[in-house]
Amino acid sequence: MNTTESVKAIKGGEFLIRETAAESIFIPEEWNEEQLMIAETCTNFLAQNVTPNLNRIDEQEEGLMAHLMEEAGNLGLLGISVPEEYGGFGKDFKTAMLVTEKLGAGHSFSVAFSAHTGIGTLPILYYGNDAQKQKYIPKLASGEWKGAYCLTEPGAGSDANSGKARAKLSADGKHYLITGQKMWITNAGFADIFTVFAKIDNDENLSAFIVEKDFEGLSLNTEEHKMGIKGSSTRQVFFNDCKVPVENLLSERQNGFKIAVNILNLGRIKLGGGTVGASKDVISLAVKYANEREQFGRPISKYGAIRYKLAQQAIRTYASEAAIYRASQNMEEATDMLIESGMDPIKAKLKGTEQYAIEAAIIKVHASETLDYVVDEGVQIYGGMGFSAEAPMDRAYRDSRINRIFEGTNEINRMLTVDMMLKRAMKGELDLMGPAQKVAGELMSIPDFNAGEEDGLFTKEKKYIAGFKKAVLMVAGGAVQKLMAQLGKEQEVLMNLADMLIELYVSESLQLRVEKLVGIKGEEACKEQLDIMRVYINEAAERILKSGKEALNSFAEGDELRMMLMGLRRFTKTEDFNTTQARRNIAAKLIAENKYCF
Amino acid sequence: MCISQVPDTSTKIILKDNNTAISSDGVTYIINPYDEWYALIRALELKEIGVASDVHLITVGKADVEPIIRKGLALGGDEAIRIDAVASDAYETASYIAEYAKTTGYDLILCGKESIDYNNGTTGVMLAELLDMDYIGFATNIQLDGGVATVNREIEGGEEVDTCNLPLVISCQKGVAEARIPNMRGIMAARTRPLKVVTPGAVTPVATILSYEMPPAKGGIKLVDPNNMDELVELLHSEAKVI
Repeated sequence: MNTTESVKAIKGGEFLIRETAAESIFIPEEWNEEQLMIAETCTNFLAQNVTPNLNRIDEQEEGLMAHLMEEAGNLGLLGISVPEEYGGFGKDFKTAMLVTEKLGAGHSFSVAFSAHTGIGTLPILYYGNDAQKQKYIPKLASGEWKGAYCLTEPGAGSDANSGKARAKLSADGKHYLITGQKMWITNAGFADIFTVFAKIDNDENLSAFIVEKDFEGLSLNTEEHKMGIKGSSTRQVFFNDCKVPVENLLSERQNGFKIAVNILNLGRIKLGGGTVGASKDVISLAVKYANEREQFGRPISKYGAIRYKLAQQAIRTYASEAAIYRASQNMEEATDMLIESGMDPIKAKLKGTEQYAIEAAIIKVHASETLDYVVDEGVQIYGGMGFSAEAPMDRAYRDSRINRIFEGTNEINRMLTVDMMLKRAMKGELDLMGPAQKVAGELMSIPDFNAGEEDGLFTKEKKYIAGFKKAVLMVAGGAVQKLMAQLGKEQEVLMNLADMLIELYVSESLQLRVEKLVGIKGEEACKEQLDIMRVYINEAAERILKSGKEALNSFAEGDELRMMLMGLRRFTKTEDFNTTQARRNIAAKLIAENKYCF
Repeated sequence: MCISQVPDTSTKIILKDNNTAISSDGVTYIINPYDEWYALIRALELKEIGVASDVHLITVGKADVEPIIRKGLALGGDEAIRIDAVASDAYETASYIAEYAKTTGYDLILCGKESIDYNNGTTGVMLAELLDMDYIGFATNIQLDGGVATVNREIEGGEEVDTCNLPLVISCQKGVAEARIPNMRGIMAARTRPLKVVTPGAVTPVATILSYEMPPAKGGIKLVDPNNMDELVELLHSEAKVI
C-alpha cells in the first residue's frame, strides 16, 4: 500500500490509498482579511435582517422572503461566485463556501439563499449559451429575479430520471410544450425563473428548460405544510402545455440528467457548508444558555453531563468543517489546473467538482448528521425550554431534519460514495486492487508490533488513519470478492462501507487540519484542537470497527471471517486515553468564550 | 473621520503584567461603534447627498489596525491614513491627528462621542482645541448647508440645536445615522483605495496608567413589595446611601 508517498494534488477518492501532506490542505484558520470581511457582512446581514424576523419568515409573510433575497442581492451575496461579466464578483469556490457557511445559520432564509444561488442559478450559468446567460444571470445575481429548480416529481424522487414530465415541439416548431407535475419545489412561491427537467417525446433521458413564471401554462399549488423550514416556499408546480420558446432549451437535448447530477455534486458540498454554519450557531446558543441557566445553585455548564454534550457538539462540527474546506480546496485546485491546461473555465469547474464527487457525498452525509446531533443535544441542554416553541432550539431542531433528505437522501449518498469508488477502480482511475491485495497479504503475516517510527505529535494518529485505510480496503475487497455483482443489492453492506469511508475521510481531514494549525500557531495554542482530534479519531475507530464487523459477518464465514475480524481489530486498534478529561478541556474553552470558538 | 480600533463588545477582559496592561490574547477587534455606525456613516451620507466631498479616515495604530481601517474603506471611505504609532492616552491620539490634519486642512472632522474601550470621550474635544476649531459634542443629528452645520445635541433633560460655521469638529452618538453593512462591491474596492502610513513627530502623553482594576462583582438584587414604599426609602437611605 502506497501510504508513505505524500502527494500535493491528491485525486478524488485517492484518500483511501494515498497520504496527503498537511501543508497542502486549506484550513479555515487561513482565511484572509477580505474573506473575513465578507464573512462578517454575512453574519451582520443575518443578525440585522433575518434573525429578528424568523417568526415572520416562518409565517410566510407576503413578500418578506423575496425582500430579504433582494437585500442579500444588494449586498452582493447572491453573485459571489458568478463571473464579473455576468454581474457577479467572480470569487473562488472557498469564498462562496464561506458565505454559504455563514448564512447557514439563517434557517429558512438559508434554504432560499442556497436554492437560489445553487440549483436556481448554476444550471443556467454552467450550461446556458451566452444569450441565455446574458438574459438571466445578471438579474439572478442581483436578486431582481429569483430562481427555482424543478426536478422532483410525485413518482420520481431519488430515481430522478424516471420522471413523467414530457415536452413536445409545437406545430410551428417555435415552442416546446411541457406537461407534467413537479413537487417539493423550493422558492416556487416567489421564483421568476424555473429550471425544469422533462423528457422530449419518448427520449430515454431528461432535457432541461429555462421557464419564466409568466410563460403560459405554468401554475402553482398552495404552500406545503412542513415539519421544518416553514418559511421556505415549497410548492408543487404544474405545467399544462406550458409554452417554452425553443431557444430556452438548456444545453443539448437529453443532457438534463447530467446537468442535474453535476449541479447536485456542488449542492452536496455546499449543504455541508451551510449545516456547519448552523451547527456553530446552535453550539453558541447552547453554550450561552448553559452558562446562564442555574440549577442547584450553579450554572449548568459546571456539570459534567452538560460539558460532555458541548464538547461532542464542537468535536463533530470541527471535524466536519475540516473535511469541507479540504475538499473545497481540492475542487478549486483541480478546476484551476484544468483551466491552465486550456479548458473553458465553466467546463473546468464542473469537471473539477465532479472529480471530488465522492468527497462531496461524504461531506453531505457527515455534516447533515452532525447538525442533527448538535440540535438534538441543543434541545437537551435547554431542558424544558428546549421543548418550548418560544426558545430557539425548537426551530433549530425542526429545520435541521430536512438536510438528511434533500440534495440526495443520506442513504443515496452513502450508496453513491461506495458505488463511485468502485466504478473508478473498475475504470482503472483508482488503483484499489493493488493496495487491497497488499492488505489481504498483511492478514497472513505477523503483525509489526514495533513500527520503529519516531514518536512525533501526530505519529499515533497517522498510524491509526493508515490502519483505517487498511480496514476499509480489506472489508471492501472482501465484499467485492464474495458478493461480486450482488454487492449493489446488498444495501446494508454498502451502508457499512460508506460509514467506514466517511469516518476515514473525516478523521484524516481533521488530523491534517490540526497538524497544519499546530505548524502555524504552535502546540501550546492548539491544545483544545489536539483534544478534538484525539477524541474524534478514538471514536471513529470504534465506529469503523462496528461497521466493519457488521459487513464481514454478513458475507464471510468460517476461518476467513475469523481472520478478517482479527485484521479489522488490528487495523482499528487505538490506544486508550482519558477522553473525559479531553472533553472537559474542550468544553472549558467553549464555556470561557461563551460561544463556539474553534 | 477619526476611527479607533476597540475590542469587540463581548470580549472578556483579562489583565496582565501585574494589572498594568490588558491582554490582547484571543481578542477580536472592531471599529469603535460610535465611530462606525454614526460618524462614518453620516460622513458618507453627507457625501452621497452632495454636501461633502471626499471622506478621509484616520486612525492611530500599528499595522495590526489596518483590517478595521480597510473595513471603513469598504463601507465607502475614499482614502485612509494610519498614523504609525501607539498612543497611550487621548492627548497623544489627538495630537497625532491634529499634526496630520494641519497639513491637509479639513472643513469638518467627525468622531464618535467616545471609544468603547477606555470611554474617555476626550479625543474629539482635544483635537478641536489643538486645531483651534469649534467643537460640538454628543451630536444626534448633523445637517450641512454651504459652510454652515446645524447640529442637534443632547443636553441634560432635553435637546439643543446649534448652528456653527465650518471648520468644525463634531462627536457623534446614536441618532446621527443608521448602521450599514459593507457590500461586496465596497469590500472588493477597499483593496484598491489608498491607505497612507504616516510617521508622526514625537508627542509626550500627559496621562500615565498606574494599574487597572476589574469592577467589583455585582451584589444581589433585593426586591421590595410595591406596597411597602417605606422600606424602599429606608433601604435607599441606609444601605444604598443614595438619598
